[in-house]
Amino acid sequence: MHGLVNRAIQNFTRDTYGDEIWNAVAKDADLGLVCFESMLHYPDRMTEDMIASLAKLLNKTKPEIFEDIGTYLVSHASSSNLRRLLRFGGTDYVDFLHSLDDLSDRAKLAVSDLELPQLELVDVSDGQYSLICKSDVDGFTTVLIGVLRAMADDYGALVFLDTRTNADTTTTISVALLDDQFAKGNSFALASKSA
Amino acid sequence: MISSTQYSVLNALCPMHVVMDSHGVILQVGPTLKKVAQETDLLGRKIFDVVEIRRPKGVTSVDGLCKYAGQKLHLVLRDKPTVQLKAVAGVNDENGHVVMNLSFGINVVDAVGVHNLTSADFAPTDLTVEMLYLVEAKTGAMNETRDLINRLQVAKVAAEEQAYTDTLTGLKNRRALDHILARLVLSGDAFALMQMDLDYFKAVNDTLGHAAGDHVLQKAAEIMVDETRSDDIVARVGGDEFVIVLKGMIDPVVVSRIADRIIARLEQPIPFNDDMCKISSSAGTALAKSGERLPVQTLMDDADVALYASKRNGRAQHTIYDPALRLDPSHLEPPAGRAVGP
Repeated sequence: MHGLVNRAIQNFTRDTYGDEIWNAVAKDADLGLVCFESMLHYPDRMTEDMIASLAKLLNKTKPEIFEDIGTYLVSHASSSNLRRLLRFGGTDYVDFLHSLDDLSDRAKLAVSDLELPQLELVDVSDGQYSLICKSDVDGFTTVLIGVLRAMADDYGALVFLDTRTNADTTTTISVALLDDQFAKGNSFALASKSA
Repeated sequence: MISSTQYSVLNALCPMHVVMDSHGVILQVGPTLKKVAQETDLLGRKIFDVVEIRRPKGVTSVDGLCKYAGQKLHLVLRDKPTVQLKAVAGVNDENGHVVMNLSFGINVVDAVGVHNLTSADFAPTDLTVEMLYLVEAKTGAMNETRDLINRLQVAKVAAEEQAYTDTLTGLKNRRALDHILARLVLSGDAFALMQMDLDYFKAVNDTLGHAAGDHVLQKAAEIMVDETRSDDIVARVGGDEFVIVLKGMIDPVVVSRIADRIIARLEQPIPFNDDMCKISSSAGTALAKSGERLPVQTLMDDADVALYASKRNGRAQHTIYDPALRLDPSHLEPPAGRAVGP
């Protein structure tokens, strides 16, 4: 697993639950380290064990953890860079949904060895979209749901999300866009403050 | 004249365009260019009062502009000479109007911040927004990489430090000494190279055990560090063999005094638990004069010869190397019980 993914889970745990819980997770999952390097690769087992330990220690289900991670990635101050990169995808929420077709390619442009699952957006009807997710990574779809919800908040859109697993092991997330200007949303300037 | 439909098409496709008539009077300005120029009254002004074409040189008329139609132009707005722009002009043969499309050059990242531009200010086919995304994403990835390199650098220094340290005594080890001597010889600076062996150390080890031996080595190291200056080098290069490098010090009297003081302190019995460890020490020094640049091995050999002379003469003493020492064959061979080489 790419270090960026493990590092994101580490940051999520530390920022949300504190260093003590993170250290406990690292110990329980027998990671043999307390800090992932985001530019290195780690065995997939470490990620799986880390999630299992998180669920055990926080007394939550894995899907709950995954969705919380998705929300964290967009809405927490310490990962605001990622929110910005996602906002580059579109000027409004629909535009953003369409940009998910390119998510995997966009990620590769930034970090060439980062593999994200292929996503495909289908326009079902007015305000109804299906996002087809071809992922063999456990939990990816659920993380994505957290991201989609948080990005809707960020754009100020009101959405209803639902998932179903298809016969061919792909997952479909149905997105019902109820109101694309439900709230003011957060501002986004092309120029970054740090640049 | 250009029709209003054509104007709106131009606004959508080229939001940074400007249309002028054959006299250079501005007829139309795209919405993003308006935003950048921060002027609403560009219409009716002369193009060359608004922009300055920097390259190619000498383009100061509409005729000149027509000559470079289709080619890349570098220009600035006269009001904002820091914003570098690129442009290409096209001529409408029917009425002599010139359409010029502008874009930001490589400083687009700054320009976007300065003019507070949004995605809507760029044509949907324009890759500027993707470029901004890429700059930001790559900067993030680069920062992560740089952090990693810094952490690895710290770890490397720590590992090297460890690799150059004799863990029992905390002194430099032979590897470190080799590096230091190579550098010193290269620099041509003067220094004294002292070989110092502990005498009767094996007896301590054999009768009182390794713990006592280790304790003696640590105490001996302490004494040597104590009796030398902070930028001198003390290294443990073998079981009971030490090397002391006195930087910039080649006065035989002073060197001998330092050696004698160390030997005198080493001769004091060292308490360990209920026992007293009694050792002594012999030393020999080769002096490297400034600019002489003798090979390290020669200096080590000379110091060895001086050390062997000390041992032959009854130990607990120090000898400065002199070529005459080599006349006695017994000074050329290590005395019994001393290992040869590292």
